Amino acid sequence: MTRRTMIEAIRDAIDVSMDRDEKVVVFGEDVGFFGGVFRCTEGLQKKYGTHRCFDTPISETGIVGVAIGMGAYGLRPVAEIQFADYVYPGYDQIVSEAARLRHRSAGDFTAPLVIRMPCGGGIFGGQTHSQSPEALFTHVAGLKTVIPSNPYDAKGLLISAIEDDDPIIFLEPKRLYNGPFNGHHDQPVVPWSKHDLGETPDGHYTVPIGKAAVRREGSALTVLAYGTMVHVALTAAEETGIDAEVIDLRTLVPLDVETIVASVSKTGRCVVVHEATRTSGFGAELAAQVQERCFYHLEAPVLRVTGWDTPYPHAQEWNYFPGPDRVGRALKQAMEG
Amino acid sequence: MATAARKAPAKSKAKSDTKLSSALSAPAPLDFDKSQELDAYRGMLLIRRFEEKAGQLYGMGFIGGFCHLYIGQEAVVTGLEMSLKDGDQMITAYRDHGHMLAMDMSPRGVMAELTGRRGGYSKGKGGSMHMFSKEKNFYGGHGIVGAQVSLGTGLAFANRYRENDNVCLTFFGDGAANQGQVYESFNMAALWKLPVIYVIENNRYAMGTAVSRASAETDFSHRGLSFKIPGIQVDGMDVRAVKAAGDMAVEWCRSGQGPMILEMQTYRYRGHSMSDPAKYRSKDEVQKMRSEHDPIEQVKARLIEKNWASEDELKAIDKEVRDIVADAADFAQTDPEPDASELWTDIVH
Repeated sequence: MTRRTMIEAIRDAIDVSMDRDEKVVVFGEDVGFFGGVFRCTEGLQKKYGTHRCFDTPISETGIVGVAIGMGAYGLRPVAEIQFADYVYPGYDQIVSEAARLRHRSAGDFTAPLVIRMPCGGGIFGGQTHSQSPEALFTHVAGLKTVIPSNPYDAKGLLISAIEDDDPIIFLEPKRLYNGPFNGHHDQPVVPWSKHDLGETPDGHYTVPIGKAAVRREGSALTVLAYGTMVHVALTAAEETGIDAEVIDLRTLVPLDVETIVASVSKTGRCVVVHEATRTSGFGAELAAQVQERCFYHLEAPVLRVTGWDTPYPHAQEWNYFPGPDRVGRALKQAMEG
Repeated sequence: MATAARKAPAKSKAKSDTKLSSALSAPAPLDFDKSQELDAYRGMLLIRRFEEKAGQLYGMGFIGGFCHLYIGQEAVVTGLEMSLKDGDQMITAYRDHGHMLAMDMSPRGVMAELTGRRGGYSKGKGGSMHMFSKEKNFYGGHGIVGAQVSLGTGLAFANRYRENDNVCLTFFGDGAANQGQVYESFNMAALWKLPVIYVIENNRYAMGTAVSRASAETDFSHRGLSFKIPGIQVDGMDVRAVKAAGDMAVEWCRSGQGPMILEMQTYRYRGHSMSDPAKYRSKDEVQKMRSEHDPIEQVKARLIEKNWASEDELKAIDKEVRDIVADAADFAQTDPEPDASELWTDIVH
């Protein structure tokens, strides 16, 4: 076991995968020589050579398209999109090609690729370096969407993703790279080296895709969260004193409906939390699932706490980001409702 | 029959265009007169001092997030701006402070946007990478690499459509030159003969990736040849060479001959952004550019050599520029932050 930051855990997952399987290739903008803008691929080019870890031009359409071709011909490409905000030029390739290759070739071909991308706010990135575009992917049939909240999961899920035969969108909340940011932007963040989930096994292990984790057991209400918001929700539960059960979804598609239903059936109340904009966000899907499956257990309306339906702001970052105060207010409201 | 008839003129036209583009070469640097040299000196110095101050404010925590400094590349926007006339536009990527100052936008407004204040050009909503001025014909400030190239092409289309003779300077970097939409834009601009000058600011590094590691054709002036867009390579550290190339390109565009590519060979002294330790190049390389090719020092040396300005007079200009920048920095630190309600203004409902 080694204490790792989320960056180190991701790097280790790629390292372990490259070591085990020579079909794993890693590429993206600044990924090779430079080691990635967030250093997630540092040292890998040196270790595995420029034919397995390399730089690409700034061409997101091309990066995704080339990865699909590689995957269709037996490689296991791990492509990095430098920020999730840059993925849109590649979106056509993801939707029209990667997500549909298996179906349209009747299973002859698959697209076993992982597209990693740092997402989310909290770093003053403004509107083009802070977005949480998960719902754009969860809406597309044929993609799996994964979003870890800690180093242990990041490593285990990434290894699972690389070994999976289908295209996986692997979202990395960049505000969590160095510590479990809880939304209190004016307070120092505990580094992962002092956090239990910074403890990651060496070598190969997997965290299954499609399984949620209960981060805090509770009986009063259920909070459904993922990525950075898991830590915000835990803090809100602590600060309000409400005995919330906090579920870290870890994978959005496929969704662990079983864990969600078991929890909401027990607590009878549910708050859904995400950083992304509200309308048609993934929270809408979660709320729909809960009301369809748990309607007769519910004692209050399902509430959503989300980013606002505005572009991600620059100066107003902390008015936009759904921090522990906003989440806490929703917890109280759900208890009263 | 119809096909053959259409083919014939296209063929002969292709021939003459190919000849034309290969015959183009960079014009010799212009001889500047005294007032041009002094204008260039002052303009470039304003950008440099502004950027140095922005770097300081970033270090002090007044500027959050991303901040890309233009230090080293000042001659490019300064020389090109000297070729423009009223109504000509500029659009660029995220290393945009220099372009805005060259377009005569207020240093206060730019700096206050960096610090996210009310008086910023985008009222604190855009930050360093995203600001605009309709009044000064500056169309942004764009944070996505290459995305502004299509927009600039559209601006040029609008110029043509409105039958004015304005040109749009569309800036992007050596990194953006590998984006697919750049070539979609090239095709449209050449097809429709749009008055757009594609200025490729080749500062040798796309963030941490050297040109040779990401580009199969490293002569960016050739990037438009398959669309019959002529291009030239320009010493982007010499403001006179930039102005000469700018004059040539502007004339080409205004006379309805379509787009042109100017590859500005330049260099950024600082990291890609404030968080870049720049380990992908040696300190010697940076030092050599600074000591041998600095755009401001070149002008300064000529001014002194020709007795057009004394050291004291140049110091006075520096003082004047520093005062402007200090005033901008004061404003950017004291101007109030936007009201929370501003989050809900300028929104599509």
